[in-house]
Amino acid sequence: MTDQSALFEYLLRLGDNTLVLGHRVSEWCGHAPVLEEDIALANSALDLIGQTQMWLGLAGEVEGAGRSADDLAMLRDVWDFRNLLLVEQPNGDFGQTLMRQCLFDAFHLELLTDLTRASDDRIAAIAAKALKEVTYHLDRSSETVIGLSDGTEESHRRMQAALDLLWPYVGEMFTPDAVDNAMHAAGIAPDLTALRTRFDTRIDAILAEATLTKPDSTYAQSGGKTGFRHSEHLGHMLTQMQWLQRAYPGATW
Amino acid sequence: MTPDLPTIWHWLDEVPDPEIPVISVVDLGIVRDVAWQGDTLEVAVTPTYSGCPATSVIAMDIETALYDRGIRNVRIKTQIAPPWTTDWLSDKGRAKLADYGIAPPSPAGGPDTCPRCGGTHLTRISQFGSTPCKAHWRCDDCLEPFDYFKCI
Ligand SMILES: [Zn+2]
Repeated sequence: MTDQSALFEYLLRLGDNTLVLGHRVSEWCGHAPVLEEDIALANSALDLIGQTQMWLGLAGEVEGAGRSADDLAMLRDVWDFRNLLLVEQPNGDFGQTLMRQCLFDAFHLELLTDLTRASDDRIAAIAAKALKEVTYHLDRSSETVIGLSDGTEESHRRMQAALDLLWPYVGEMFTPDAVDNAMHAAGIAPDLTALRTRFDTRIDAILAEATLTKPDSTYAQSGGKTGFRHSEHLGHMLTQMQWLQRAYPGATW
Repeated sequence: MTPDLPTIWHWLDEVPDPEIPVISVVDLGIVRDVAWQGDTLEVAVTPTYSGCPATSVIAMDIETALYDRGIRNVRIKTQIAPPWTTDWLSDKGRAKLADYGIAPPSPAGGPDTCPRCGGTHLTRISQFGSTPCKAHWRCDDCLEPFDYFKCI
């Protein structure tokens, strides 16, 4: 794998994570339990989609085949997506959505922090921009996870169930492969083992305050960021997200 | 005759922010640079939030305002580094925000006083408000909700 193709793959991972999660979160628009949460979800989704435009825009530039961020988002099939399995998981109830968000935000914040020091200025600039937004995302998702988990018996039960359901998707974020290693060697991507330590410190503190029990199992689902095997949910999501551009290619308004 | 840069900055200071029209795009601190490149005026603009839907409207408003002043060749350049910060809001902009009913950003991470009654008993409702740049607060003195322009 050349550095250029590894860089393209890596940028797709960054952009597909924010795209798929941004779309998932936007599915709540108009459906959240209270107005303030609806607005917060919509604003978080907007940040993520904005970050997607920058990551996929740069990916298209690096690829050099004339594909725009929109082309990459709307005209690729499910097997070409490089997002983590975690972010494509369905929203479930509100608690499950916020648990997914919190697990991703804790990873995202640490990752972006390292990427602000990337050897590639373009990546460092996008990371610095996104980091400011993601700091607010993690504030909110962690506060909400704590509030709901340390809430009623019912909300606690649901939050523990959400954690148990999503925990097997955490490992993939920290399991390096050829792309991660090439980008680490190029001075772009961080060492994922060190990142995991910082993630654990954050998540352990949140879960302790939330009175939740971290699952014992270290079993990790994989196949999202390599595109080898996405869960069945991503294809269904793309039929919604890409429908207009597939039915009316090139449509603008 | 080519207008000089202070004149152009003055014109840009008359372009309102589309979401908070009492402050200008210059007050907001998103115009980072203005320079002539030959006969083309290059304006560097930085987005407030990556997904802020006002960004493209702002670029269009700046172009229109400059065309109206007779500048034919304008190029808007998006510049994301260094990232926008609320520290770049002008003092004039801060005062106008407060007059308009939006508490200006404060290093304390929350508003000092209620922009309506000046009360100091304030409660945060949500870090996310009606636009990406605002948080949602409540004054416990006058019981009215208000927007706070949050620090970033
Ligand atoms: Zn008041």
